[in-house]
Amino acid sequence: MRVALFVTCINDTLHPDTGRAVITLLERLGVEVGFPEEQSCCGQPQFNTGYRHLTEPLVRRYERAFRDYDYVVTPSGSCAAMVRDNYPRIAAEGRDSRDLAEAAARAVPKTYELTEFLVDVLKVTDVGAYYPHTVTYHPTCHGLRMLRLGDRPRRLLEHVKGLELRELPGAEECCGFGGTFAVKNPAVSAAMGADKVRAVRETGAEAVCTVDNSCLLHIGGMLRREGAAARPVHIAEILAATEADTRKPAGREGSPR
Amino acid sequence: MSGTYLGMPAFPTAAASSTQDGRLRANLRYATHTIRDKRAKAVAELDDWARLRAAGAAVKDRTLRHLDHYLEQLEEAVTAAGGQVHWAADAAEANAIVARLVRETGEREVVKVKSMATQETGLNRTLAEAGISAYETDLAELIVQLGDDLPSHILVPAIHRNRGEIRDIFREQMGRWGRAAPEGLSDAPGELAEAARLHLREKFLNAKVGISGANFMVAETGTLVVVESEGNGRMCLTLPETLISVVGIEKIVPTWQDLEIFLQLLPRSSTAERMNPYTSMWTGTTDGDGPRTFHLVLLDNGRTDTLADTVGRQALRCIRCSACLNVCPVYERAGGHAYGSAYPGPIGAILTPQLRGTASELDASLPYASSLCGACYEVCPVAIDIPEVLVHLRERVVQGGKVTRRGVKTVLKPAKGHAAERAAMRAAGFAFDHPGVLRAGQRLAGRTRRLHPRRLPGPGHAWSDTRDLPPVPAESFRDWWRRTRGEEQGK
Repeated sequence: MRVALFVTCINDTLHPDTGRAVITLLERLGVEVGFPEEQSCCGQPQFNTGYRHLTEPLVRRYERAFRDYDYVVTPSGSCAAMVRDNYPRIAAEGRDSRDLAEAAARAVPKTYELTEFLVDVLKVTDVGAYYPHTVTYHPTCHGLRMLRLGDRPRRLLEHVKGLELRELPGAEECCGFGGTFAVKNPAVSAAMGADKVRAVRETGAEAVCTVDNSCLLHIGGMLRREGAAARPVHIAEILAATEADTRKPAGREGSPR
Repeated sequence: MSGTYLGMPAFPTAAASSTQDGRLRANLRYATHTIRDKRAKAVAELDDWARLRAAGAAVKDRTLRHLDHYLEQLEEAVTAAGGQVHWAADAAEANAIVARLVRETGEREVVKVKSMATQETGLNRTLAEAGISAYETDLAELIVQLGDDLPSHILVPAIHRNRGEIRDIFREQMGRWGRAAPEGLSDAPGELAEAARLHLREKFLNAKVGISGANFMVAETGTLVVVESEGNGRMCLTLPETLISVVGIEKIVPTWQDLEIFLQLLPRSSTAERMNPYTSMWTGTTDGDGPRTFHLVLLDNGRTDTLADTVGRQALRCIRCSACLNVCPVYERAGGHAYGSAYPGPIGAILTPQLRGTASELDASLPYASSLCGACYEVCPVAIDIPEVLVHLRERVVQGGKVTRRGVKTVLKPAKGHAAERAAMRAAGFAFDHPGVLRAGQRLAGRTRRLHPRRLPGPGHAWSDTRDLPPVPAESFRDWWRRTRGEEQGK
């Protein structure tokens, strides 16, 4: 089984810890993971803002980068959903669409979001993790409604030793990030984020966890601005943590300033 | 509000002020959450909901593909049943037809039951200019009209008002339009309903002309269907001597058997009821029963153009249940007025820019009035993939492209004001397709991390006004990989 990590541009640039956590976790589970360096961005920001044609080279690049692998695993629900739901659409509307359609057809079935890969392919729910903290889980919109992750992330979290899962009120409501939505409709985005952050604080959990760092960028940015105790943490970083882990507990601390 | 959508600002501007309105936010939050929870329960009662939904979508799609055929069948059936059919290409034509028909009766007053189509065309203003008073009789529409306001929701047009505001409107305005509100009217729902009942009863009994919309039109028999909760619609449909129905051409279903599907989908999706209290159906005219004269005005107003768009046409499946509004986090915060159209919420964000085009700043901003969370698609009883159409329309706004306007194929230019964004997207696209450039950018960001500002300039300030920027790590993932694994993995 040849498995590649698709780290995604946000994780690559802003959250390399998440990528490292996926490597640690998969290797612990006996999976050898490669990282083809030709990979870049899935094209979601361009596609969702109306620049579909700019995503065509990225579809080709994605297919080329992962051609030699059986599985592509990504710690991002929204990037996985972008590949699976939108690559065929991009190809269908493309100008010289035959090779695009072939590229999409090869890329789509091998692409898995991390929790899907763990539960559906590796068939594990107990990954031997240890994370002695209270955590609340926010099911991101793309994980919930496009990928239909269902209870996979929760089943993984429930098997983490020491972890206490707290219910998030209004969990299925969007946090208000939405990529360029946060910039184009800042007032509404901030109002949605404020409600999400209030819900996180209500749980009293030490950490808020998702399958997507992009949502955490927004939720975490608001938590930091409010000086809230809860910290954003990607599920990969929780699942990678073990009792033997002598490093600091996973989860983002304050700004390095 | 000034009773017209004309000259409204772009969505982000309108929404920025409405999100500051605490009372509006509270009214909307309470109402939408109550109805969305009830809807979820009502839908869960049916174990074949997914199949009903698929059937509804399929019937609508098939009907739209052969719309010309079914419309001609409808016209024939309505005419055979004693009605008259009028075709209106746009809002102005529809309004002119209705004004002429009312003038021909010699009447100066009409009663109306909620018709989104006439809200879309701004009929009341045309009638007023022709010296004709139009009285809205749906309770919520009455509240909106008395308050010189605009509807802000498809099903609950006055959702943005609470009981206290309604009492004040009734007390101050009812006397101006007819029977005044009773002395000492309180905000108790029973008292408010009774005041409205007395006020409206006078209108119903005097009216010689009624104007309505319709939820469905059955092509095989020429039957029109109105689904409602109050019974006011039935008064409007049966008491006047002349009935004029203004209906969008997409509201057609081929047969009564098809109607069965929608009479299950609509009430549960909209009011969370197994069946709505009043379903009125009429076929032309009948001797000794109901209106003596019946006119059907079939409204196009951008619908045929919408039909020409293979992605966008699914918006025409809409049965106006408003389920998408009630789950939409953006609608809940921004309110319906921010959408600047008779059709607010997610469906409005895809329907309005197709019916009106994307030339105005407001209409061009509507496809962006969504975080693409997908909740609207999930609840839509006819499976309109609203996020798909939103992204499709965004492409039209920033890139232009082929569209059909008034039946003529044209090529649309990109909307103004996206030049900086387009340049940024192209630059990002270049970097993403050249990982060496991407890596250089990441390294620069990593090395200068301590110099990064806390607040961003330009459009980015919208982000950093309410959120802290994430700290940039010293080393990107790809550099870490190369440093630690590069040798063993080859590259």
